[in-house]
Amino acid sequence: MPAAPLDIRNLSAGYGPTRIIEGISFSVKAGDRLAVLGRNGMGKTTLLATLMGLTTRHGGEIRIGDQDVTAKRTSARADLGIGYVPQTRDIFASLTVEENLRTGLKGRPASALDEAYAMFPRLRERRGNYGKQLSGGEQQMLSMARTLLGKPSILLLDEPLEGLAPVICDELMALLAKLAATNEVTIILVEQQIERALDFASSVMVMERGRTSWSGAPDVLTADRALVDRLVGVGIH
Amino acid sequence: MSEIVVTRVPHKRSIPFGQEAAGALSIIALGAIGYFLYPDDLAFLTRLIGIAFLVLSLDLVTGYCGVATLGHAAQFGVGAYAAGIACVRGIADPVALLAVGVFAGTIMGLISGALITRFRGLPQLVLSIAVGQLVAALANKLSWLTGGSDGLSGITPGKVFGIFNFDMYSRTAFLFSLGVLVIVFVLLQRFVRSPFGLMCRGIKDDDLRARMIGVSIYPRLVLMYGVAGAVAGVGGALTAISTGVVGLDSVSFERSAEVLVMLVLGGAGHLWGALAGTIIFMIFEHIVAAANPFHWMTLVGLLLILIVIFAPRGLIEPVLALFARLKRKGSAA
Repeated sequence: MPAAPLDIRNLSAGYGPTRIIEGISFSVKAGDRLAVLGRNGMGKTTLLATLMGLTTRHGGEIRIGDQDVTAKRTSARADLGIGYVPQTRDIFASLTVEENLRTGLKGRPASALDEAYAMFPRLRERRGNYGKQLSGGEQQMLSMARTLLGKPSILLLDEPLEGLAPVICDELMALLAKLAATNEVTIILVEQQIERALDFASSVMVMERGRTSWSGAPDVLTADRALVDRLVGVGIH
Repeated sequence: MSEIVVTRVPHKRSIPFGQEAAGALSIIALGAIGYFLYPDDLAFLTRLIGIAFLVLSLDLVTGYCGVATLGHAAQFGVGAYAAGIACVRGIADPVALLAVGVFAGTIMGLISGALITRFRGLPQLVLSIAVGQLVAALANKLSWLTGGSDGLSGITPGKVFGIFNFDMYSRTAFLFSLGVLVIVFVLLQRFVRSPFGLMCRGIKDDDLRARMIGVSIYPRLVLMYGVAGAVAGVGGALTAISTGVVGLDSVSFERSAEVLVMLVLGGAGHLWGALAGTIIFMIFEHIVAAANPFHWMTLVGLLLILIVIFAPRGLIEPVLALFARLKRKGSAA
C-alpha cells in the first residue's frame, strides 16, 4: 500500500462520555512524519487510539486520502492501511514470535517474514519463543515488525522507545529513519524522547489538555529550548 | 521497506509434515494397542473415538478461540440424528452417512456460532446452554423423526467401501472410526497452525489486539464454529453408525458438561490435550464404574480435583514442557 495522506478535522473523542481530546485538526501529507509531543496525560495516546477507532468519538472527521473513515470500525481501518503500534506492545503472548509475525502477513506469502527478520535480526533468533518470554525491547520489535509486515500506508507509533535501552532506541530510530526515507508510509510518532522525535519528524504538533497548543516545523523547536520548555515542560535531552 | 536489505535464509517449515505424520502414527499405534490388547472392548473404544471428535470440536471453539460453551453436544447430536435418520430412510453407505453428519454438524455449528459468539462471558455461556437445551427439546418433541425418548433405532449401515460389514465385535466400526480419526486429526493439526487458526488463538489472547491488525472477530468465530460443528458431526455420525441407535443422551446437557471436563482434564488449546483427556476420562470412568457402580462418580470427582490442583492447564502441559526441555537440551548438545 503506498503512503496515504491523513486529514483530521475538528476531532473530539474520549472514553464513554468523558472527552479527552477536543477540536483537534491537522493534516499529514503522504510520506511525511508528524511528531506529536506533550506532557503526560495531554491526550496523545487517546489521539492515536481515536485514529484507530478505539475510543468514543464525539465529533469531527478522519479522512485517509479521499476516503472518510470516521465511521469505520477498527478492523476496517487496519484493512485500509492504518498500522498501530500501541504503547502496550500488543503482541499475542501465547503465540511464538514467528506465529505472531504470521498473523500480520495479511495475505502476503510466508517468505515475507524475511523482511521482518531483516529489520530485526534478534527476532530470527527468538522465532520459536512465545511472546510472553520476550523482553520489553523484543516485544516492541515484534509489535513493530508485525505491523510493518502488513505494509501500512499510515503508521501510528505510540511511545515506541519507552523503557528501552539506549542502544535499542538507536536501532529502532535508525530503522524508522530508513522507513521514512522510502516515503512509502506516513508516520505519526508520539514520543517523550523529544530530541529523537524532533530529529525524526518533518512536522510537529504539541498537545495540551486535549487540544493542539502548537504546531510547526521541528527546526523551530530545536532552535528554541525556552519554547520547548514552555510547551512540553522539559528541555531537550 | 524497499531500503531494507532482505536476506533470504532457508526457512524451517512453518507447517511441517513431520508433525502430522507423527500425529497419525501415534494415533495408529494407540489404536493398534487397543485393537490387539483389548479385543473385547472394541465397542467401548469405538464409542471413545466418537466422543473424542466432540472433545476435539469443543477444543476448537473453547481451547483455540476462548468461547465458553456448555451446549456443544448439540452439534454432535444433530450430526448423529442426521446420519441416523438418513440411514433409516434409505442411505446405507457409511461414508455417505458420515457426509450427512458432517453437513448437519456444520449447519448446526454455523447457527450456534452465529448466536453464541455475538456475546462474551456469562451471556455467551447461558446462550450456549439455551441452544443445547433447545436442540434437546426438539429431539424429544419430534418423536416421529427422532424416536423421541425411545431413541432412534433401526440404523443398519451397509458395508464400508462395499467390502467390510459391521460385525458384532465392532472390529469394522473401530477400524473405520480410527481411520476417520487419523484423517480428521491430521487435517486439524494443519488447520490450527494455519493463519486462520493462529488468528483464532490471537483472538483468544486479546480480541482488541486482533482487531487492531485488521481482524473481524465475529465472522472468524462463526466460521470456527462451523468447522467445529463439522468435527462434532463426524463424531455423531460415527457413533450413530457404530451403535445403531441415537438417544437423547447425545444432545444432553450432561454430555456437554462431560466433554468440557475431558477437555480441561487433557488441556484446552492442544489437540493432543483433547485426545488425552478423552482417553483418560473414559477409560477411568469405564474401569471405575465397573469396579464400583455406586460411587464411581465420587472417584471421578476426586480425580478432577487433583488434576485441577496439580495440573491446572491439563495433563498435556507437563508433557509438553518435558518435550520442550528435551528439545532445548538436544539443540544445546
